[in-house]
Parts: sequence; C-alpha cells; structure tokens
Amino acid sequence: MVANPMAIVSQTPAVSGERDLRLDLFRGVALWLIFLDHIPDNIVSWITIRNYGFSDATEIFIFISGYTAAFVYGRTMHQRGFVLASARILRRAWQIYVAHIFLFTIFMAEIAYVAATFENPLYAEEMKILDFLKQPDITIFQALLLKFKPVNMDVLPLYIVLLLLFPPALFLLLRRPNLALAVSAVVYALAWKFDFNLPAYPNGVWFFNPFAWQLLFVFGAWCAVGGAQRLGGVLRSPIVLAVALAYLLFAFAITLTWHIESLDRFVPGWLAEWMYPIDKTNLDVLRFAHFLALAAVTVYFVPVHWSGLKSPILQPAIRCGQHSLEIFCLGVFLAFAGQFIIAESSGGPLLQTAISVLGIFIMIATANLISWYKSIEGRGPLSKAKPPDADLAGGEA
Amino acid sequence: MTLIVAIVASLAFVHGAAAAETAPSCDVPESFLPADVELTRVANAIKDHHRLDISVIGSASSALAGPDGARFAYPAQLEQALRERLPGNEIKVTAHIQSRQTTADMAASLAGIMAEDHPVLVIWQAGTVDALRGVEPDDFRNSLDQGLDAVAAGNGDAILMNMQYSPRTESMLNVSTYADVMHWVAEQRNILLFDRLAIMHYWSDEGTFDLYAATNGYAMARRVHECIGRALASQIISAGHFETDKLQTTR
Repeated sequence: MVANPMAIVSQTPAVSGERDLRLDLFRGVALWLIFLDHIPDNIVSWITIRNYGFSDATEIFIFISGYTAAFVYGRTMHQRGFVLASARILRRAWQIYVAHIFLFTIFMAEIAYVAATFENPLYAEEMKILDFLKQPDITIFQALLLKFKPVNMDVLPLYIVLLLLFPPALFLLLRRPNLALAVSAVVYALAWKFDFNLPAYPNGVWFFNPFAWQLLFVFGAWCAVGGAQRLGGVLRSPIVLAVALAYLLFAFAITLTWHIESLDRFVPGWLAEWMYPIDKTNLDVLRFAHFLALAAVTVYFVPVHWSGLKSPILQPAIRCGQHSLEIFCLGVFLAFAGQFIIAESSGGPLLQTAISVLGIFIMIATANLISWYKSIEGRGPLSKAKPPDADLAGGEA
Repeated sequence: MTLIVAIVASLAFVHGAAAAETAPSCDVPESFLPADVELTRVANAIKDHHRLDISVIGSASSALAGPDGARFAYPAQLEQALRERLPGNEIKVTAHIQSRQTTADMAASLAGIMAEDHPVLVIWQAGTVDALRGVEPDDFRNSLDQGLDAVAAGNGDAILMNMQYSPRTESMLNVSTYADVMHWVAEQRNILLFDRLAIMHYWSDEGTFDLYAATNGYAMARRVHECIGRALASQIISAGHFETDKLQTTR
C-alpha cells in the first residue's frame, strides 16, 4: 500500500494512454474461439482451448473485459470524477443490454421457424422446448428481465451485471486496489459457501454466476490499475513459469481422459473425487487457476513490446478484439446462422469447416468495416489526430 | 433470402426422403457399449432361474406415440431382442414411462417400483425433462444418487440411459451439462451407462439415420427404437458375461 493512492494510478496504463495490443489480440482470438464453440458438433471446435485444459475462451474474454474496463473508465474516474465515469459505465451496460435483446430477437426468429417447419415423432419430447412460444407474454418479459436466456446467450447478461456493479468496485480499485481484490475474493468465496446466484426462468440459476465470475473481472481490473506491474517480478520468475507449465500439462492430461475413455482408469479415485465436477457456473478454482497459468505463460513469452504484435498476420485478430461487443454479437449470430444451415442441409465436417472459416472471415471483415467507420468519423484506433476517446482506448471496455 | 431458404428446405426434403427409403444396419461398435461393470444380479438370475425381470423407467423419449406405440418403443424391442438372443429364458420388461417426469419424480417412485416389480435390472432413462426445465445440475445429481440408492436397496442392477441426440433442437436445449453429470454419476457409482446420446450421434454421422429430417411418419422413429432396444440387449448380454459366444455383434 502506498500512502498516496493517486501515485499508483498515475504510473499505470490507466492514465498513461499506452495501449497493450496483447489484450486486443487475445480478446480477438477468444471471440473466434467462442464463435467456434457455439456451433454444436462443430469439428473445427476441436482446435479450441476448452479441449486441452480446464478453462476456455470465456475466461479470457471476461478477464480482458475487466482489464479494459478499468483501463478506460479508470482514467475517466481519475480525471473527471466518480459520477461521470459511472455514467459512462452505465451507458455501456445499456448498450450491451440492447445488443443482447437484439440477439434474443434473432434467436426467437430461428426458434419460431423450427417450430413451424420441424416435426418428427422421435423428438416429441425434445420439441417441448418450443412450448415457450405459446406464452410469449411471459417469455419475452423474462427475457427482458435477463432471466430467460437461450443456450449460448449467457455471456452478455453476465457482462451487464458486472458493469452495473463496476462503479463502486472501480472507485475502490483506484484507491485501495488490494483491498478491492480481497473484497472480490471474499464475495467469490461466499458465493461458493452459501451457493447464491441470480435466478433464471423457468427455473434454476444463471449459467454464469455473476458473484463467482466477478472475481475474474475484478482481477483483470486490478491488473490494469497497477497490479500487472506489481506482479511483474513474479511473472518473470522461472519458478512461476515452471509451476504454470506443470499445471497446464496436468490439466491437459486430465482433459485427455475425457476424450479418450480408456485413459480414465489412470486418474486415481481420490483425485477424481476431489476434482470433479469442475464447475463452470461458479468458476471452479481449477478453471481460475488454469486461466492464471495460461496468462502467466503467455505474458512470459509475449512481452508487451513484442514486435510480432505489429505484424500483419495478427492484425485481423487485434482488429476483432478492438471491437469486441460488435464482434461478439456477430459471432453469436453467425453461430446461430451456421448451425441453422448445417441442420437444414444435414451437413458434415466439410460444411462445418467451411462455415467456421467463413464465419471468422466475416468477423474480420466486419471489424475492419467498423474501424473504417470510426476512422472516417475521426475517433477510432486508425485516426491519430485526435486524442484517444475514453470509450475506445485499448479497445472497448 | 427466400430463394436460399427454398433451396435449403428442398435439399433437406430430398435428404429426408432418401433416408426413409433405406433401412441400413444399425450395428454399434463395441466401444459404445461398455461392459466393464458386471451385472451380477442379471447373470445370477439367468444362470439360476432362467428368468430376467427388467424395469424401464423414463420419460416420453422412452415411448412412441401413434398406433400401437408401446409395441414399437425400445422397452418392447429390448424384450424381443433378449428373447431372441437368450432362448429358453423367460424375459419380462416392464415399462414405467410417464412424460414430463423429472429425475427427482422418478427417484421418488423407484422404491415403489422395486417393491412391485422385483426387477433384477433397472434401466433408468433420465435427463431430458431436467434439461427442458433447467433443473439445477446439483439437484439432478442428487436425484440420480437417491434413485440409484433405491435400486440398490431393492437388490437390483442398474443401467443409466442418457438423452437422445437431437440435432434440430441442439441450439435450444442444452443437454450436455446433464449428460456430463450422468457420466460422472455412473463413473462414481461404478454402474453402466447406455450412452444413447453418443450412439445416436454415431448413427447420424454414419448416415444410418437422418436425424435432421422432418417427417410426421413413424417409420424412422420405430426403427431408431428398434435399434436402441437391440443395442441395449447387446450391452446387457456382454455385461452379464453369460453368453460369451454371442458378444460380438448387435444383430
């Protein structure tokens, strides 16, 4: 703890204005992976990280979102005060809410189409999932309240809740960052201990428990307001690197046993007993640790001024990461559309591959288009003339 | 846009029509029918009494609607397959199927079924209704444990059966969470799982059935149930270790 909290802030990226392209790069990649994972039975999703360890692209996305939120709004809060920064954060939450409802509309269109055209006595039971179309009065209200969330539409509601709770968290992060992180960890622990989560409709709870996942978001924010520098020494230590690599290897070995059943017997009973189930809803500690290990290894091998970040090969991913909300929504839509085409044409691996590649291509093209729009409006990452906009520095929050 | 929908829809129609005409074999590779847990009570019942009483408990996907549905659904098909493959033994399969019953509902009724039927084997189909209703995975797991305790207390072997592979509703109905729980519970309690999800997925990949096809006819549904019944019979026979010369194939 430093006597003058602003002294910490003034040294941090939150005010220095230097953009860490690694964040954009990895968020862009995470968006691609989320898209691939959202197409059911997609053969291409075998390349995504969830098959090789405990954590998946969601962790990367939430962590980086926390980091950039603190980076962008931390500066606003520091320079222009709590009220203005909070107002901007809430406006962002509102934008995400609108985006979520837009996606919900597209989803409803797909469902309504399936309900009208698909019939098979074999699936009489499964088709009951469409019954909610019979009571749009309830379903649409529950969707507006973020309680009714179709499959794969859980991330944005989580993001909305995290942003709604962010102003006080950021206030504390800027003054007592370690205390803020400690509070976050306590909330996480309490969520586990007392099993609290937000309710879902028709029953159950949120697929991503905001009280658990906030830990990752706040940890990202903590890194942005100086935590990363403080961790710098630790992250350069070869011992930490070795431990992280060992854990990644362990997680890889365990995930192998999920895919190759005959390997299952090599997992000792006591380990399985202790380890399973690895809970995604409540951000299992094993998943969190896996993300930390991944991040530690990445930071070790990809320094902030790594020249590769300027190479043209990586620009598409960086561009996607810079417009994360638009590209995330587009990815969800493309996954719906892709899955629809695959289903309608009883498609095989070839079609799945084509749709995956085409989808990523569309995401890249759209990201470039958005950059172009922002550049002609003189406020995007492409324009150098104007001072960086708080909403865009370091990509979007 | 309309044109694309029309083309895609006609493609789907042609596909569906083609699948309905042929009835390819539905053999399932042995790796889909694990038999590494011995069904000792089943084995003893056949060896000592030449008799096998099985109870099937499940929800709507264990039944078929339409004329004479029960005769074509997999419980009856299982009974027939076992009679063919275990001649000289009295085989009886009793089905307790109710649509909309959750795993918790079934767990509560299992003790009664054990007392009434005295089955040596219970096949418990679960998960679909829980996925439909969004039952909490933890509660789902507890219900499975509770029901399996009741089966064990009633002196029966158990096989869990998971959901159908339903590609058309996959983006709306998340079954994988519940399938994972069932895998895990089967593993923990060292009981067999009939992995209907993986088997039907295999049939879809192999082109055995076009599970995307829209149809209001019963032909394919009956055939799928027949194949499930036969695959289930194969798994029971392998895990009973009482007919080693007939272990290899489904039919």
